[in-house]
Amino acid sequence: MTSPAVWASGLRKRYGKRQAVDGVTFEVGRGEVVALLGPNGAGKTTVIKMLLGLVRPDAGEVMLLGRPGTDPQSRARVGYLPELFRYQPWLTAAEVLRLHTRLASVTVPAAEQQDCLGLVGLADRAGDRVGGFSKGMQQRLGLAVALVARPELVVLDEPTSALDPIGRADVRDLLLSLREREVAVLLNSHLIGEVERVCDRVVILDHGRVATSGTLAELLGQRELRLRLEGVTAEAESCLGSYKKEGDQYVVPIIDLETVPDLVAALVKLGVRVHAVEPGRITLEERLLDIIRSGETS
Amino acid sequence: MRIVLTVAGLTLREAARRRVLRSLAVLTIVLLSLSAWGFSRINAEYGGLTSGESKLAAALVLNLVMFGLSLIAALGTAFLAGPTVAGESESGIALAVLARPVRRAWVLLGKWLGLVAFGAGFVAVAGAAQLVIVQVTTGYWPPDPVTGLALLAAQSVTLLTLGLLLSTVISPMASGVVAVGLFGATWIAGVVGGLGQALGNASVERIGTVSQMLLPTDGLWRGAMRAFQDPTLISQFSEAFQGHPFLSSSPLTVAYLLWALVWVALVLALAGLAFQRRDL
Repeated sequence: MTSPAVWASGLRKRYGKRQAVDGVTFEVGRGEVVALLGPNGAGKTTVIKMLLGLVRPDAGEVMLLGRPGTDPQSRARVGYLPELFRYQPWLTAAEVLRLHTRLASVTVPAAEQQDCLGLVGLADRAGDRVGGFSKGMQQRLGLAVALVARPELVVLDEPTSALDPIGRADVRDLLLSLREREVAVLLNSHLIGEVERVCDRVVILDHGRVATSGTLAELLGQRELRLRLEGVTAEAESCLGSYKKEGDQYVVPIIDLETVPDLVAALVKLGVRVHAVEPGRITLEERLLDIIRSGETS
Repeated sequence: MRIVLTVAGLTLREAARRRVLRSLAVLTIVLLSLSAWGFSRINAEYGGLTSGESKLAAALVLNLVMFGLSLIAALGTAFLAGPTVAGESESGIALAVLARPVRRAWVLLGKWLGLVAFGAGFVAVAGAAQLVIVQVTTGYWPPDPVTGLALLAAQSVTLLTLGLLLSTVISPMASGVVAVGLFGATWIAGVVGGLGQALGNASVERIGTVSQMLLPTDGLWRGAMRAFQDPTLISQFSEAFQGHPFLSSSPLTVAYLLWALVWVALVLALAGLAFQRRDL
């Protein structure tokens, strides 16, 4: 059996009095695209840095591509774009890529390195010093650095934070091409729409803990029914189950759309006037907010 | 080893491209030109000096100018050592580099090696140029120029190693300032110690000895001065040597050289340990 691309177990990290990461356990399978989501300060970047040996965990274990995280060779086939992306300003873009192939001890032909720059839209800036690059261009260069040493796992921490809409679309295409090539990706992003489009699985962190995780189907499988009703009695309310009221609408979670006609029939039988019935799917954003808010109230 | 050499090369390229080299070259050329003019005046103005007196004047001014050069080398490398670790950690440059399959100790060793090559290269080129200037203008050639330049280079290496250790724990600017501050304080303590020796005051003399043990830059500098002086001068002008900041009366012992070596190794190991434990 192939070992997972990332295996993290019981990761903990405390900064002073603040417990930044509190027992985080998760996996990223080979060729799988997994998103790490959560509010600011949830511990996402700290978890990523612990995976890559940049931050020493207080407790817990990491395995990358089948090797223990304490062995630097575990990162031989790992590409990383940090949240704080800065590259040697006195080097040219091509020299930065050459440096990283040397550090990764991988021989990558110059043409392939140039292709890598082309992939992120920097083909014509290969000979320019990084010091003259805009923030967006530096982030594009960071993506090229993450991809240049033929990685089997790519860790991207907020890869589109400095990019314009075209750049974001490019990153989305890049992620899809990585998935096609069966390169595992761990993605930390606040752009939930993009996560929904490209990720196989989601791990939601909150207050340094895994609030929930699963495939998008598992997390978003829950549907809801929006009903505009009149004359709702106590008996009818119990028929609606665990509903919540949004304006004049009753929002009822449902598992199966097949149950809708029966529910409507039951309400009508109880004398309720049914003005509108609107089935809908919970978005990842709603699910994320729901999890975070329920975490705050508990 | 490949990683160490890659990082050393990168450090040297940084020094060259960040115009540190150019600024140092300009400073050095100014200092060398001034010293060439000064040495030519020694001969012109003091034509009546005996050969011994003129040798003493040449050795003294040579030591003074060499001190200027060592100061430039020390300041240059100390201020390069600061940003190389602390600056890269603060800016985020270190994140992408250290996430590669590299040991932090190798990266640090590579940076140290690059800085050593830079500091030693500077001392060798600028120091040799200075010796040639003195030879041409006054005809004075020091007894042991290679040892003198090697000790000056060792002084730079000592200070940059301290700068590297400081940069693993404090901010880049602070590490440069603290390293240079300690360098200056040790030099002054050495001068005070020399005065104590001249006055026969053991407690004051001890200030110099202790400071030279804590930070060997001043001890190595005194050894370098000794190598630039004609040995006959000490017997001829023994009084002039008493407590003089730019003349050295006692030679450097092998034990002290070994201590300097151990000191550099210890401080480098400490820097490695601090860097290894640092969260980025």
